[in-house]
Amino acid sequence: MDAVLLSRIQFGLTAGFHYIFPVLSIGLGMFLVIMEGMYLRTKDKVYHSMTRFWVKIFGLIFALGVATGIVLEFEFGTNWATYSRFVGDVFGSALAAEGIFSFFLESGFLAVLLFGWNKVSPRMHFISTVLVALGAHFSAIWIVVANSWQQTPAGYHIVQRGLTSRAEIVDFWRVVFSPSFIDRITHTFLGAWQAGAFFVLSVSAFYLLKNKHREFARNSMKIAVVIALFASIMQLVTGHLSADTIAETQPAKLAAFEAHFPSEAPAGLYLFGWVDEENQKTTGLQIPGLLSLLVHWDSSEPVTGLNTFAEEDRPPVNLVFQSYHIMVGIGMLLILLSLIGVLGWYNGMLFKNRFILKVFVVSVILPQIANQMGWFSAEVGRQPWIVYGLLRTSEASSKSVDAGQVITSLVLFGIIYLLLFILFIYLLDGKIKAGPEDDTGGGRQRA
Amino acid sequence: MNFAFDLNSIWFILVGFLFAGYAILDGFDLGVGALHLFTKTDEQRRIMINTIGPVWDGNEVWLITGGGALFAAFPEVYATSFSGFYMAMILLLFGLIFRAVAIEFRSRQPMKRWRQFWDISFSVSSIFSGLLIGVALGNIAWGMPLNSNHEFTGNFWTLIHPYAVLVGITTVALFMTHGAIYAAMKTEGELNKKLKGWINRTIIFFVICYATTTMATLIYVPHMADNIKDNPVLFIIPVLNMLAIANIPREIHHGREFRAFLSSCAAVALLLALFGIEMYPDLILSNPAAANSLNIYNGASSSKTLTIMLIIAVLGMPLVIAYTSTIYWIFRGKVKLEATSY
Repeated sequence: MDAVLLSRIQFGLTAGFHYIFPVLSIGLGMFLVIMEGMYLRTKDKVYHSMTRFWVKIFGLIFALGVATGIVLEFEFGTNWATYSRFVGDVFGSALAAEGIFSFFLESGFLAVLLFGWNKVSPRMHFISTVLVALGAHFSAIWIVVANSWQQTPAGYHIVQRGLTSRAEIVDFWRVVFSPSFIDRITHTFLGAWQAGAFFVLSVSAFYLLKNKHREFARNSMKIAVVIALFASIMQLVTGHLSADTIAETQPAKLAAFEAHFPSEAPAGLYLFGWVDEENQKTTGLQIPGLLSLLVHWDSSEPVTGLNTFAEEDRPPVNLVFQSYHIMVGIGMLLILLSLIGVLGWYNGMLFKNRFILKVFVVSVILPQIANQMGWFSAEVGRQPWIVYGLLRTSEASSKSVDAGQVITSLVLFGIIYLLLFILFIYLLDGKIKAGPEDDTGGGRQRA
Repeated sequence: MNFAFDLNSIWFILVGFLFAGYAILDGFDLGVGALHLFTKTDEQRRIMINTIGPVWDGNEVWLITGGGALFAAFPEVYATSFSGFYMAMILLLFGLIFRAVAIEFRSRQPMKRWRQFWDISFSVSSIFSGLLIGVALGNIAWGMPLNSNHEFTGNFWTLIHPYAVLVGITTVALFMTHGAIYAAMKTEGELNKKLKGWINRTIIFFVICYATTTMATLIYVPHMADNIKDNPVLFIIPVLNMLAIANIPREIHHGREFRAFLSSCAAVALLLALFGIEMYPDLILSNPAAANSLNIYNGASSSKTLTIMLIIAVLGMPLVIAYTSTIYWIFRGKVKLEATSY
């Protein structure tokens, strides 16, 4: 294997592992704001105990998010030096803004959240919660700005410097609001809120099954199902808008999503299928003309197919097809589950029916998979480009780093992340089993 | 050298400011970690960790932001150094991950073995991270083999030479001193007394390292003295630095721990200022082919980007300083173990 492929695997692994945590901190962040806000308004102790419990979980998730996040920033330089030289002028501003506007906010006030219960007033604590949640959202904004620019570059020009060229900024706001940005950031936020909501649902459903912390669990679930339903339905809208933009700006990616090869034909929408890339044949269940309908509002209008692109300009079709369809399938399932949740709240079944509760316990994994698959199809669908249309992935890696070095680091990352994941689950499990404290102000001393 | 007051120089100073912020703040974190194993009881170790408990991850953000600013302002330098230091950077990442994880996980189980394991992880990774940061600085001063595309042409072992290792050890010694003073400021009773005793020892260790590094620099890396030779007024920086270090034992003797800590912060900042002044306007020296060096002009982003980022920094940095101060104000005073402590 060559250094480029190994670096791609390493980046995919480290980015995918990292992405477990920020979706939860974004989702839980919003949840914490609602809960602590309810506490300040109603003075009901149950909201206080909820906030305290979820803050502890948030702290653990955040710590892992920071530790795994530094890795990504370093990897742009360590593994993708040529890419960094090419995009630094454009991409760097977003990254710097992320550090200055979001990370300091988030990490600073997290300290107040975790350790400041007896040091600041309840109002100040709530303000800190709001700031941490804002920080979490801001950091997503800037990183999606940078990533969207890679998908749909705008507001730049190419400048020759000696033997090499690079992209330089022309218009900052056009870089920030590149054509795909708004669709992608809303899609990302909603995905994170889904992850947060289903996480809360899962833990709460577990308590109800065990007949523990009933009031805590019911109140947590009520907030979570509302967020889940809102986010899951809105996800349809942002997903559709995203696909529309992709049809316009990255037609090869959209064609790969649906494994649509012929260029001058209306396109259908597969519910599921398997792509034989060599023979350009897809076997599966298809609704004819639906993709054309969704893109053009006309089921007979042709959609640009993969055959329009030279073979070396096409992404790996089956991988993208599968990951995209898994994401969409889970998205639909989450709408169904959220509806069951809200209806179940209405008729009381949500808190009683053991089958529904069991489903919610395991459903925590679904938004996680959907988020991972969404990014996977977005990033692999962009291939063979690292910056769409401007720089190929194969040319973007570090010239001074050879395959041997990347193998070494990749293996080490694999081992360390596996251990980290096991420890994370172990500690999370411990915190969940310990449960929320009875709210008497002081709390249990940690030995 | 003449200082040109242009965008590139402003960004040289700003990136330096962020890294100095990192060295001052995470410096004492790493220092506390380096001293951690010298404490014996579980309670003392918990107090050690809790002195940095609420602030360590905020401190690490300075590194992330410094790295981000380097990427944005000097992408060539970021690309060359991070890819050139490949294994060193990966190891630094593992060091920082282990540290973070050790802090988080140690308190979660009362078993002796569990805690011992994380104590060792915490301490070793702290020392190791400081050492790697110093080795990187040493290489930047010494020079790295670069080709005409500014690509590093050596390997991991090219980077491990005696001068770089010496700078690495000096960095660890500096962080230990800084950490001991910080921890003394945040503790009371027996542990406080113990830490005050260590301050003197760490200062002696640091001064020996510092003197050796200075001699080695003057003999083997004489270009690192050119700027001060040309501008004698800048000699004030090393003088102030020595005064700041000498002031530490005096303040400790009078029981003024906070002032001792400020002195130590000043010493770290002045050392980095000295490094910056000597490097200016270069950022990575190429050795042997000096013509391939990267400086604040050939390694920089366009002036358009530097201007945009200056606006971002002018808007953002006052906020950063405001909330960093707020957090430190909220968590001022001696550490007391509570329910939410590590």
